[in-house]
Amino acid sequence: MQALAPGYRLIVVGVSAGGLAALRTLVGGLPAGFSIPMVVVQHRSRDSELLCELLQECSPLSVGEVNDKEEITPGRVYVAPPDYHLLVERGYFVLSTDEPVRYSRPSIDVTFVSAADAYAPDVIGVVLTGANADGSRGLRRIVDKGGYAFVQDPATAEVRAMPQFAARAVPEACVLPLEEIPLRLAAIQGRRVPPCGTVAR
Amino acid sequence: MPVNGRLGDGTGHWALQRALGTSAGAERLPGKGADLDDGAETQNGGRRRKSDALGIPARGEAQPTLPDTPSEYPGELERLEIELLLEGIFRQYGFDFRSYAFSSLKRRLWKRIYAEGVATVSALQDRVLHDPAVMERLLLDLSINVTAMFRDPGFYLAFREQVVPLMRTYPFIRIWHAGCSTGEEVYSMAILLQEEELYDRARIYATDINEVVLQRARAGIFPLEKMQEYTQNYVRAGGKRSFSEYYTALYDGALFNASLRRNVVFSQHNLVTDGSFAEFHVILCRNVMIYFDRDLQNRVHDLFYASLVPFGLLCLGSKETLRFTRYEQRYEALNLKEKIYRRME
Repeated sequence: MQALAPGYRLIVVGVSAGGLAALRTLVGGLPAGFSIPMVVVQHRSRDSELLCELLQECSPLSVGEVNDKEEITPGRVYVAPPDYHLLVERGYFVLSTDEPVRYSRPSIDVTFVSAADAYAPDVIGVVLTGANADGSRGLRRIVDKGGYAFVQDPATAEVRAMPQFAARAVPEACVLPLEEIPLRLAAIQGRRVPPCGTVAR
Repeated sequence: MPVNGRLGDGTGHWALQRALGTSAGAERLPGKGADLDDGAETQNGGRRRKSDALGIPARGEAQPTLPDTPSEYPGELERLEIELLLEGIFRQYGFDFRSYAFSSLKRRLWKRIYAEGVATVSALQDRVLHDPAVMERLLLDLSINVTAMFRDPGFYLAFREQVVPLMRTYPFIRIWHAGCSTGEEVYSMAILLQEEELYDRARIYATDINEVVLQRARAGIFPLEKMQEYTQNYVRAGGKRSFSEYYTALYDGALFNASLRRNVVFSQHNLVTDGSFAEFHVILCRNVMIYFDRDLQNRVHDLFYASLVPFGLLCLGSKETLRFTRYEQRYEALNLKEKIYRRME
């Protein structure tokens, strides 16, 4: 791991099936040199192999699917592999084939909770478009432990349910139109912002 | 690491049997409160699936709680308690989980903590150390790896296309399926070898730390509700017949043909503490070492390397890599994507 500098050390993003366009907007909106590692957890079928390529196309950052025990390196975008849970430890990833959680493997909640346990308060959770409640409990955990939360404005989401559940579970979350989230992430790089809920939304 | 080379008599297993006061404890499928549920017991004990009788966890069942640390639980204390628990388990029962990956182990521990209706890791430790039945249940939680028949069909397809031609050059083939769990992937391999007409000269040694899952693997009964998914996997894995030829429906289970296990030896073996017991042409260990930390992964790779014939094949899970181990230079990739490696020299 690199030497400690102030600011956030990990961003975890949850998005459900059909969120490819949203992911391309989010990841594609991050500038070259964006250094906080980002972890993307998307519900998808076991044989959707193109996700990394499609994200790589639109980003100057290096995008790749996570291997077990892979180190977490600044400036990279990590994609959870299908059919595994992705757990975060301080500095590296751990995969598991334990049972799906609420029909999902990977489960967004599982990744978010482990990210909160390993990195809070230096972690940011982001919940985007989706059709179920996955992610809201994990986002709650991130904020409870002092991290920061972004939720895509449900009005701008392809499918509203997931951001709606997340915003309800985490009223402190910063709810923004999708296009603004990467701008805000780029702006808070390297510094801390006040905890969720203390700034006007 | 200790090299005792004994099959079917792992120290830990013996210790548990001693503690349980039975030599056939493993044949007893866990009963009430000892199933593989997701912690739902205390929340909604009334809800029971039929497949519970088989003791096989349902895929995708809704879970009332995340099996995870409560939000307010102090993280450093939790780590200390878990280290003490694992040390206690090792010294009392001989099972060594001290080098397991922390985050996945932690989830499995909390699943058991909720299921036992206690609130702290220390409370679980108290029960585990004083009641071998609780240890037996925890052992199931910690050691059962959920898998599927023909999991990762692309792997089996690559095996057919790239490994089978190599196997044809051997008069006799020894395969070690390490960490076979409930046996789904062992039966998958047996089917593949039968279709390639290699089964008669093959012997599969299927091992697991846990005698209970081995009993289930020997029975060869898997939930009937899974057959649709398994059939799709089988077809995509290059299956040559109709998948339904391989099993008989039996209530809500699918009983697989006995001919598939004619050349399979199911046996207890602990990757953490037991040594090499033969030389193999192929070792399969898929999605087992993801539960280990890097240090233990390296030690298991020592064992595998020592147990492979020259140019023998090592098959890992699709997201496992030799890159983070000291064996990267000792193997060449036969199929990098499907994680099929060949021992050099």
